Amino acid sequence: MQELVVISGKGGTGKTSIVASFAALADKCVVADADVDAADLHLVLEPTIIQREKFSGGSRARIMSGHCTACGKCEEICRFDAITYDGPGNGKISKTYRIDPIACEGCGVCAYFCAEKAIDFSPVVNGEMFVSETRCGPMVHARLGIAEENSGKLVSLVRTRAKAIAEERKLDFVLIDGSPGIGCPVISSITGADHVLIVAEPTLSGLHDLGRVADLTRHFDIETQVCINKWDINEDLASEIETQARQRGLRVAGKVRYDPAVTKAQIHAQAIVERRCDAADDVRDLWKHLRDIGD
Amino acid sequence: MNKGNPNSNQRQQSERLRQVGLEQALKIAIASGKGGTGKTTVATNLAHVASRNGQSVVYLDCDVEEPNGHIFLKPEITHREPVGMLIPRVDEEKCTLCGNCGEICQYSAIVCVGQKVLVYPELCHACGGCRLVCPEDAIAEVPREMGFLETGQAGAIQFVQGLLNVGEAMSPPVIKAVKAAAPEADLAITDAPPGTSCPVIESIRDSDFVVLVTEPTPFGLNDLKLAVEMVRALKLPCGVVINRAGIGDRGVHSYCQKARIKMLAEIPDDRQIAEAYSRGELICDALPDYAASFAELLQNVCERTVLKSEPRP
Repeated sequence: MQELVVISGKGGTGKTSIVASFAALADKCVVADADVDAADLHLVLEPTIIQREKFSGGSRARIMSGHCTACGKCEEICRFDAITYDGPGNGKISKTYRIDPIACEGCGVCAYFCAEKAIDFSPVVNGEMFVSETRCGPMVHARLGIAEENSGKLVSLVRTRAKAIAEERKLDFVLIDGSPGIGCPVISSITGADHVLIVAEPTLSGLHDLGRVADLTRHFDIETQVCINKWDINEDLASEIETQARQRGLRVAGKVRYDPAVTKAQIHAQAIVERRCDAADDVRDLWKHLRDIGD
Repeated sequence: MNKGNPNSNQRQQSERLRQVGLEQALKIAIASGKGGTGKTTVATNLAHVASRNGQSVVYLDCDVEEPNGHIFLKPEITHREPVGMLIPRVDEEKCTLCGNCGEICQYSAIVCVGQKVLVYPELCHACGGCRLVCPEDAIAEVPREMGFLETGQAGAIQFVQGLLNVGEAMSPPVIKAVKAAAPEADLAITDAPPGTSCPVIESIRDSDFVVLVTEPTPFGLNDLKLAVEMVRALKLPCGVVINRAGIGDRGVHSYCQKARIKMLAEIPDDRQIAEAYSRGELICDALPDYAASFAELLQNVCERTVLKSEPRP
């Protein structure tokens, strides 16, 4: 089984549009959306959800105001400034302490040290994972709750499930739509993967971000290829990206031109290759030229 | 607070702010949900027009995974320092292998296996629980470098950015350092990372107003809805800027109308803007015709903010 993760460093370079097209081109594949806090792939592949699973990324502390004696220990030891002295009174004292659920990182230290056992610390559901069917095969996706943590853990869960489905159904290819950046969710999406494709754009920002994300895949020692999306927006920078990619020992697998039909496809919930346009030809070529993956 | 002459400092300050067209010092965050919608374009150009209006401006690049503001503002960096966080170090002489540290740790960053306590620094959140719980006082906390903080000057704009080290998973400590390093200014403009999870929350939570930048496409709309939910969870006022107006459909417009979200500005889909952006140029410099639009956007944002945060007692 082969696992390909599509990432970009910089956001909005076209990861999801390209992944949707690969899903349409690949024969037997499981596709997974690992961009769990801003997932978009479902807008193109229109999955029918057949299984839902609650996700808990950890626990959260909550002060039971009836038991709080306002001793202040919790506020003193909390490292995340999550505890404030403005909770409701309880008959014995006029004010209690309160935990801001958004600032709380779920370390549980306050609950452990509360002398009154007034702090409830229990697992919270902060996301949901879905297994679906699409016109391009099975799909695993998820939604992290708003303002939640632990996207990395949810990404791992999505990948593990996608691989399990591939094994079950004897599909030889797992395709993953990653998230922007180089932090926690991206690291979770690429560790242990067989291949990474970086979608770059020919802008100075794109070039800068490509450098950092390529450093990341080298750090984790993952075979990495690059493609340039909207390459004709700035041809000089596109060739600069090619040069720098080669200097880093990264293979440039293809280039996709700027084509307004790409947005049209998105509006009609189509993959680029499901529409007749110039960019569709480019994406087909890119797929063919992906080493060890495309036909 | 100010004992000697309670109001004179305040009065001077608000007088000065009024001269530059502000009712109060403001913190404005630029965020998006979806990546690549134009946060940095909006943030850098707003900083530019505000500074040209005579306001003292600080630009905070909180997208510490992929900071790009420096490409457009071209600051001279005058100070660079490492950003760290505290991780446990176990004194094996004192450790009795009781395992309490591993039990309290919610992140599996410290575990007692066999005859050894292992620390996994990249999983640690620096909560300090292991040190507190250790009965032998065998755990000390030592700083670990996670990234860098850079400060400098871009013309009249004070510039601060964070850079997460490649391979590090957690950006919030670096984002916190950027915010802590922000000098006083009339206007603080925060360029946030994309998404709706912890790094974004850390970047925008203390702002007076959030500008959400989106594009008029199904992806843009979907991620805008998530971003609005996030901003509302934080109880912050927000408005929307549509970038590349004209490329897609009317979905974002009708959503904003229905959800009663103020449309602050629309930046047209203009190939010249895309090209100027690709070369790392400020739109206001490369295409001066657009400077007025950014000035108007700034005015719009400041007015909205004042409306939402009338004087506190």
